[in-house]
Amino acid sequence: MDFRVGDDERALAEGVRAMVAGRLPLEHLRANEGAEQAIGAADWAVLGETGIFALTLPEPAGTGLGLSDAVVVFEQLGRALVPGPLVGTFLAASAGLIEGSADGRAQVGLHCAGPGPILVEHLSSLDGLLVLPAYDRRSTPRLLSPAPAADAPGAIRVAAPLDPLTPLWRLESLPAGEPVADAAGHMMRDGSLLTAALQVGHATEALDLAVAYAKERHQFGKPIGSFQAVQHMCADMLVRAEVARAAVHAAACLADEPDVVTSEAEAAGCSPVELVDRAVMGAKLLADEAALANARTAIQVHGGMGYTWEVPLHLHLKRSRVLATTFGAPAELALAISAFV
Amino acid sequence: MDLRYTASEQAFRQQLRGWLAETLPGFGAPPPHDDWPARRAYDLRWQRTLFDAGYAGVDWPAEGGGRGASPVEQLIFKEECERAGAPYVGVNFVGLLHAGPTVIAEGTPAQRERFLPAILRGEEAWCQGFSEPDAGSDLASLRTRAVRDGDHYVVTGSKIWTSHAEVADFCELLVRTGDEGNRGISWLIMPMDSPGIEIRPLRTIEGTTEFAQLFLNEVRIPVANRVGEENDGWRVTMVTLSFERGTAFVGELLESMRLLGELYRVADRLGMLGDDGLRRRIGHLVAAFDALWALTKRNVSEAAQTGVPGIGGSVFKLSFSEHAQALGDLSMEVLDRAALSGDPLVGPDGEALGNGEQLHAWFKSINLTIAAGTSQVQRNIVAERILGLPRSR
Repeated sequence: MDFRVGDDERALAEGVRAMVAGRLPLEHLRANEGAEQAIGAADWAVLGETGIFALTLPEPAGTGLGLSDAVVVFEQLGRALVPGPLVGTFLAASAGLIEGSADGRAQVGLHCAGPGPILVEHLSSLDGLLVLPAYDRRSTPRLLSPAPAADAPGAIRVAAPLDPLTPLWRLESLPAGEPVADAAGHMMRDGSLLTAALQVGHATEALDLAVAYAKERHQFGKPIGSFQAVQHMCADMLVRAEVARAAVHAAACLADEPDVVTSEAEAAGCSPVELVDRAVMGAKLLADEAALANARTAIQVHGGMGYTWEVPLHLHLKRSRVLATTFGAPAELALAISAFV
Repeated sequence: MDLRYTASEQAFRQQLRGWLAETLPGFGAPPPHDDWPARRAYDLRWQRTLFDAGYAGVDWPAEGGGRGASPVEQLIFKEECERAGAPYVGVNFVGLLHAGPTVIAEGTPAQRERFLPAILRGEEAWCQGFSEPDAGSDLASLRTRAVRDGDHYVVTGSKIWTSHAEVADFCELLVRTGDEGNRGISWLIMPMDSPGIEIRPLRTIEGTTEFAQLFLNEVRIPVANRVGEENDGWRVTMVTLSFERGTAFVGELLESMRLLGELYRVADRLGMLGDDGLRRRIGHLVAAFDALWALTKRNVSEAAQTGVPGIGGSVFKLSFSEHAQALGDLSMEVLDRAALSGDPLVGPDGEALGNGEQLHAWFKSINLTIAAGTSQVQRNIVAERILGLPRSR
């Protein structure tokens, strides 16, 4: 056993980080705030060329990596606030759905059906829409291809979406679409994991921004980071991020390594399928909480500046809120996990 | 990242599991909590049993007489012992986890010869004399004075939070031999039968005497019992702390997971699981303990490769201690008035409620954010050493 983030994974993360910093820097992404398309076709193609959506596809179409690599990559996408239907497109590419999803020529949205109004993200950019239930193995994912038209009657663009980089459309109803074969429930599992990985990225970036600010901002003649009240908030942010990261990485390893699942399930007294579900849902729960709490705490560390549009912390908070509503909100997940005790 | 155990790690686990299954049924139940002489005998007998089977000092290096197991094997050892319900390390704690490793790293050949085999064989127990009434989190301000008199130190002062003092043979003792601060401290081995030691038990909030305060009045300790150079005791102590390989709270974590399962079953029997709020709190703790188990594997992996558990030790303790407290508080709420009784009670179905065990765990959890570095000190460490924030003091 060597559960450290290995050299290859570290290199992969650094590669993605450098690619995003070079080609999709935050000031470039932020130019699309409030726009109908959060990320243009050219930028999406950059992600496709980098192989983001084909990580787990076998070679030569993909890179033949595992979910443990994919979560490392998605963590970096979250940190960098890369917008767009990242998880839906990854799932479609992995399942061989929608031509062009693997190489960045198509965007595939994701809608986690729940009660309440039907709000679909990124609709006018979508070539297809995957509809998944909340974390429930008994339900079948469905594919709407093409995606519902954004300008059809009954589709209204939300004028004030919470996240300025997640445009929303309100639909009266969704077409039934076609069922997608996913007997093993991998779509739900992988989608939850990648969403959790994005959240770990948000939690980490919020921490880094807060620490950097606490070192440079002076009050009472000292950096505010020398005050224990501020230090302890930062320490708690690190704890939340590291615990959630360990949970996400462990769940990804379990999904990748069936023989580990068998022995761990034996120790936990449950079935291998249950063990993976429990790990994935727990990881999503903790990652949601870490992202939301860290964004809030980082805003507090920044004081009044944290409440401004300029400082990107509100973008992390808002994106985390969007992600927390997919694949089970924290309260639903906690309830579902209690059955595995 | 790879969670797969190697073939040799799996073989180690299987062999240990088989041995525990064979050995534990005949070993006998632990004595009452407050019967220290009986607990000493029981814990030492368990240590001897481990020794005879080749499992003594699993985490000690081979040159100290230990098994020299890898951190991953240490994790497996603790996991299997906890799952099998093996006796806790008990009065062997300080000898096996602190004093022994210190003597291995910094002791003279004569000191190693004298003290290490007796720890491994379960013949002698140790206690710790580090903290003082006025030196807790700020340990380096300790004032217990050691004055040289020929080939002895004459030691006067007071130590506190000393576990197992009444039944220990030796005490690892930090004393001031020089100037103020951490450069004037020495590390001594004090025989507990030396004249001038008064042991006053401290009653904890649970009502038990888990700790004692030591009053040292001109206790004569041979200079030959000093480990490391004079005034170099702070560094010697830090060496010991670095022996911790990321497995410090494995037993407590696995026990919390088990107690959570017990609590869920009690809540079910009491018809309380219709309460979604209660189930959410249970589910949240399942997720947190699973994540901490993953973090433990990460820390152990780090220690296996680099020798130290990296940033994970403080992170783990901060998170685990708070979740253990949340579990304790939850158990008090589920048990409701049954939690007012330390005596065993049965539920409406006539089955045991396990209230005594949950109550004990609740008390222990309160100490988790204090012992071995308060959560506030842990946060200072995280902020300054990991996040690189400027020093607050």
